[in-house]
Amino acid sequence: MSLIQEEKNRQLQLDTRRHFLKTCTTGLGSMALASLVGCTTNSPIDVATAIKSIPNQLSHFAPKAKRVIFLHMAGAPSQLELFDYKPKLTQLHGEPCPLSFVEGKKFAFISGHPNLLGQQASFQQHGQSGAWISDLMPHLAKQADELCFLKAVHTDEFNHAPAQLMMHTGSPRLGKPSMGSWISYGLGSINENLPGYVVLVSGGKTPDAGKSIWGNGFLPSVYQGVQCRSKGDPVLYVSDPKGMSRSLRGKTIQAINDINKKEYEEFKDPEILTRISQYEMAFKMQVSVPEAMDISKEPASIHELYGTQPGKASFANNCLLARRLAERDVRFIQLFHWGWDAHGAAEEEALNGGFKTRCLETDQAIAGLIQDLKQRGMLEETLIVWGGEFGRTPMMENRDGVKMKYLGRDHQSQAFTMWMAGGGVKPGYTHGATDELGYSGVSGRVHVHDVQATILHTLGMNHEQLTYHFQGRNFRLTDVFGHVIKDVVA
Amino acid sequence: MRKHALQQSPFMKTIFVLGIILLCILLIPQCATVDNSISYNQHIRPIFNKKCLPCHGGVKQLGGFSLLFEEEAFAVTKSGKKALVSGSPEQSELYKRIIHHDPNERMPKDGDPLTDNEKELISEWIDQGAEWEEHWSYKLPSKQELPVVESDWPTADLDYFILEALQSMDLEPAIEADKETLVRRASLDLTGLPPSDDLITSYLANDSADAYEQMLDTLLASPHFGERWAAMWLDLARYADSRGYEKDAHRNIWRYRDWLIKALNDDMPFDQFTIEQLAGDLLPQPTVDQLLATAFHRNTMNNDEGGTEDEVFRTNSVIDRLNTTFEIWQGTTIACVQCHSHPYDPIRHEEFYEVMDLFNQTKDRDIVTERPTIYTFSEKSETEITELIDYIQTLDPSLSITQSDLLQDQIKHALFPILMPDHCDGSLNVDFSGSGIVTTWVQPPQSVKDKQFHFMFADIDVTDLTHISFAYSTPGDQARIEVRLDSINGPMLSEVNLPQAESNRWDINSFKTIRSETTNHTGKHNLFFHLINRTQQVPEGMMSIGSIELYYQNKHNSSSELSSQKDKLLALRATADRTPIMQALPKDYTRSTHVFERGNYSTLGQQVSASVPDAFVKGDAEEPTDRLSFAQWLVNKNNPLTARVIVNRFWEQIFGTGIIESVEDFGTQSLPASHPELLDHLAVVFMEDNQWSVKQLLKGILMSSTYRQSSKTNAVKQELDPFNRYLSRGARFRLTAEQIRDQALAVSGLLNDSIGGASVMPQQPQGVWQVVYNNQSWQTAEDDLKYRRGLYTYWKRTAPYPSMIAFDTPSREFCMSRRIRTNTPLQALVTLNDPVYLEAAAALAKLMKAAGQGDLEKAISAGYQRALVSEPDEDIVSVLKQLYHESEDEIQLNTATASTSTDLYDTEFILNDPMTVVANAILNLDGFLMKN
Repeated sequence: MSLIQEEKNRQLQLDTRRHFLKTCTTGLGSMALASLVGCTTNSPIDVATAIKSIPNQLSHFAPKAKRVIFLHMAGAPSQLELFDYKPKLTQLHGEPCPLSFVEGKKFAFISGHPNLLGQQASFQQHGQSGAWISDLMPHLAKQADELCFLKAVHTDEFNHAPAQLMMHTGSPRLGKPSMGSWISYGLGSINENLPGYVVLVSGGKTPDAGKSIWGNGFLPSVYQGVQCRSKGDPVLYVSDPKGMSRSLRGKTIQAINDINKKEYEEFKDPEILTRISQYEMAFKMQVSVPEAMDISKEPASIHELYGTQPGKASFANNCLLARRLAERDVRFIQLFHWGWDAHGAAEEEALNGGFKTRCLETDQAIAGLIQDLKQRGMLEETLIVWGGEFGRTPMMENRDGVKMKYLGRDHQSQAFTMWMAGGGVKPGYTHGATDELGYSGVSGRVHVHDVQATILHTLGMNHEQLTYHFQGRNFRLTDVFGHVIKDVVA
Repeated sequence: MRKHALQQSPFMKTIFVLGIILLCILLIPQCATVDNSISYNQHIRPIFNKKCLPCHGGVKQLGGFSLLFEEEAFAVTKSGKKALVSGSPEQSELYKRIIHHDPNERMPKDGDPLTDNEKELISEWIDQGAEWEEHWSYKLPSKQELPVVESDWPTADLDYFILEALQSMDLEPAIEADKETLVRRASLDLTGLPPSDDLITSYLANDSADAYEQMLDTLLASPHFGERWAAMWLDLARYADSRGYEKDAHRNIWRYRDWLIKALNDDMPFDQFTIEQLAGDLLPQPTVDQLLATAFHRNTMNNDEGGTEDEVFRTNSVIDRLNTTFEIWQGTTIACVQCHSHPYDPIRHEEFYEVMDLFNQTKDRDIVTERPTIYTFSEKSETEITELIDYIQTLDPSLSITQSDLLQDQIKHALFPILMPDHCDGSLNVDFSGSGIVTTWVQPPQSVKDKQFHFMFADIDVTDLTHISFAYSTPGDQARIEVRLDSINGPMLSEVNLPQAESNRWDINSFKTIRSETTNHTGKHNLFFHLINRTQQVPEGMMSIGSIELYYQNKHNSSSELSSQKDKLLALRATADRTPIMQALPKDYTRSTHVFERGNYSTLGQQVSASVPDAFVKGDAEEPTDRLSFAQWLVNKNNPLTARVIVNRFWEQIFGTGIIESVEDFGTQSLPASHPELLDHLAVVFMEDNQWSVKQLLKGILMSSTYRQSSKTNAVKQELDPFNRYLSRGARFRLTAEQIRDQALAVSGLLNDSIGGASVMPQQPQGVWQVVYNNQSWQTAEDDLKYRRGLYTYWKRTAPYPSMIAFDTPSREFCMSRRIRTNTPLQALVTLNDPVYLEAAAALAKLMKAAGQGDLEKAISAGYQRALVSEPDEDIVSVLKQLYHESEDEIQLNTATASTSTDLYDTEFILNDPMTVVANAILNLDGFLMKN
């Protein structure tokens, strides 16, 4: 039996994760799937400590969703122009806001006593569920009965970077693992040839908090999100240099592995076997990644559905890519679209400017993604999450106490809207409500940690039991907080 | 007897069987227990930690009972009963509850009952007197007797400890590695670079008995030694060239890295190394270097995002400084204590804030300019400035330019009496913009109301002062300035209400000036400038102040010669390179530090004063009262942790795993030591015999037989010592990101091995930097600057250099004690396809062809030898030869039909040489990527 076969046979014995990790701690420390499941660290004892409670980590309940597509609208879109219908606010447009909105409160830019800003869009009820959705999201409105709204989400942070970290790592400070990393760590990957956690970015810029929001924090780096890019190499360094053909690359890797096998015979270090497997996997990824990332062969009907144009970097293209990655069983797919920070300081960042463009860029694509997953029978096993890092104030922004040229709203951590759709959540449902001016939640308030707990729940994981031992204690995504939002769980 | 107790342990049934047996065997001598006595640390603490502390520890103290501190454990609990009564299990509520028959009464509540063995151990321990013991790492280490072993294998002290453990496991050490392996291993360990041709040749040819030691001495003296160990320290110091958070703008702090390299190369004793970094500014008459050392704690992040409150992020930085300091020097994870007493270690909630008070007294405060900074000049400017200052003094002999080592101070005095605000000696809540403007326009505006705006200039002579002139701007007529002597409420020197003067608040040239008369005083005083918004109207009462000038009777501030010389000096000053440093607040500005209730910054509890956790204070060590005495306390021989923790860090770098694997945590939850006595022995040797010399410490380790073992393993070793924790063979693990890069550049002859200087940008794929609001872009370095060592790579926290991230470099947002080594396909893609590695392959191919002179086998052997420092056998040569021939056939074909440019890099790499394919393969061999 060749070494590689021997190695593969050993892998086959690892039929449960528990068994897998146990074996991992007692000497294998090396296997082909390792990069995705994370058994390749040279720190076996620590890993053993970290996963001591594995039997508890495995779900005691059947998962509803197999994977997550998280659509993060970076910069925080205004819920008051999209989903949170407040006719009273429009009636009182231009009036000074109630003093209670500002007294003793801190905002990023608003100062003094600002005026209320009426809703800059018109609202209608849609679908059987009668959800209020504004005319800025006409395509999405048609999918109203698929959506499960959280109308009164709140967070602790009112600046972008900390709030984005809060949303994705459960902590406003840098250095904690992201939700996708936690999920990869907890569940492993289903796909052998693609990373288990993929990030797609559009809008020309990375989110404010940078790559930390898909970082692995203190988890082993195999769990970090891999950014797939729509321009250049889809995964960094995946292309061979000009002049290197596929077959020659294959021969190079063969030569490397042949020599490494000899080395294994001499040194008997199992880490060498891991390296051999990883080079084989790299060779496979060179095909599987570009293949997954190539949307040019999708039929015209699909391009019409999403509004995609092959070869262009866009949010729509990323939505279609999300479906392709979902089909290939990537566990956690995270999309960031930049440019929602509508303060009104310039046209590009105004409710009556760039904000509308962002709606145009995303509306059809998101609706397309929902429909496409549905027609393929994948929606029920895929959880889609939409949201920003916080919401916007019902007050018009008056930076430095001065009226501004364009219309905008300041950051608001008290109440904002998120929605989910698909695997594990109730379709056509609304949870929570804000007061008549949309300033704070009056019922069904949920914290970002609750949202995270709920996402893990749909994947069959208890957020209190998904832990990692680090610096002398167990850490988890939701810190010491979070409750599953039972009302929205299907 | 010991063995008997162990065999009954439930741990035996776990997967850790082996480790535990060994651990216990090894722990026994340290615990110094008599045979039948129960040791708290060895037997009882693990049970309490696991089963009891979650509810009866530092976080929860249910039933008024906690097992964290001795006095709490033996106190009367809420129920009025005592949980522990020495000598009487029957009277001890704790024992009664763990054996209770009613599951509702039995402890642990809602958990599995203790095992019979655990119950028996606890009963016996109480019976024997319930003697409490401190956790081992809080006791002072002492030099250990060398274990007696029957073997002539040991050459160094440490070998005796290693061999004793191996023999108890029925393992033999491995044979000594061959000379080629040793020279590569030692060179990579000590300098981070592969051995030079000269070193290889001289070492292989040297047959003298001390050839190995000579080789080590050469490496220890190499100027690359400092670079290799700086690379390790930079992870701890969370060094980066950017500030983190949203804007993640550039930070100019590379001179700290230069200081580090130099300090390590000079073998600065580790105690001094510690003191200079933590408190160099508080040393008497600190030198420029000592001030640069304090940039260590200026590597905290700075949040420049609009709308963020500086005080929040200043506080975050202070907390990060204390967490980092405790992690690096004390192996203590103190972060938990921000919110509550430590769940497992004996640190109380308020003790966190006592330490915080030590770090809370510096001038930096999350402002965009990153002040305080130290100015450094080019040699040429330095000469010009010194000459200019001398000349200015001849023009105005009344100037008293303090003799100071710091040019920065001399300039300040030479410019007097023009007080540019960035010369001020102390300031709070005042924003110093880059243009040297003091402004009360801070974000968020509503926070202005709660703030006092004042700053202070120290030691100003006010004799014969007639008036002060301010350049200012204010949109309303509500702003007022008061100048007082010696304190914020001291005697009034001058006061003025500012009339409206609306102008661009950032443009000093548009400011109006106003004259403010002064009252008569004499002598030198500290001048406090208080900027007052009379009606608290925003923005009417906000103001910006440009320059401040002091006018004296009979002095000619405005002699044209003098002022033109001063202008020259100002212009030269503007060319300075500024590095953020630590500086203590002047006395009048010390901050009061309060406990944050539940760790919440906005809920202040009781006020505390500077101190350190009681559990850490040993012997006659004095409790620190400021940063300097704190730093001295850390490296005092009565500190139980520092030497152990530091020795363990170096050990981990050499052997791949620390004696305590959790190098960042030596607390009660730390992972058990593989060789506890050895750790203590090394710690004492480091402090006493080595006098804190890192080079001596490392030489001691590298001289050992343990280090010199071959890394080849076998089935028995794999079975009994799978992770080489007991060093039954030489260490074999993957090189670090920096080492892999440096090695590829070095063996291919591309490496620019110059030492020190600003960070550089080597090739990186386009589009990796896409940063919000920031116009910075990646500018690939010219010429061979792009081939500098990895530690000089420009490090942007939110978008770190991708090929190094693939090899487990942390983002450097926080202190990272260990890089968890991984092995992934993304790493393969880096070394196969990153243009840096392709260029290295092409360069190596050239060297191979030159060496082969037409002989393919010779060329291949030469390349392999260069890269791996060992000769390839026939099989290897034949595999690579075949690859060469296959490449020959294919490359012609490929380049003819090559696809169009992918526009990924500044310069596209084209593969057109079969030898490059072979070199590319060599640079990807396991033997190349690993330390053997």
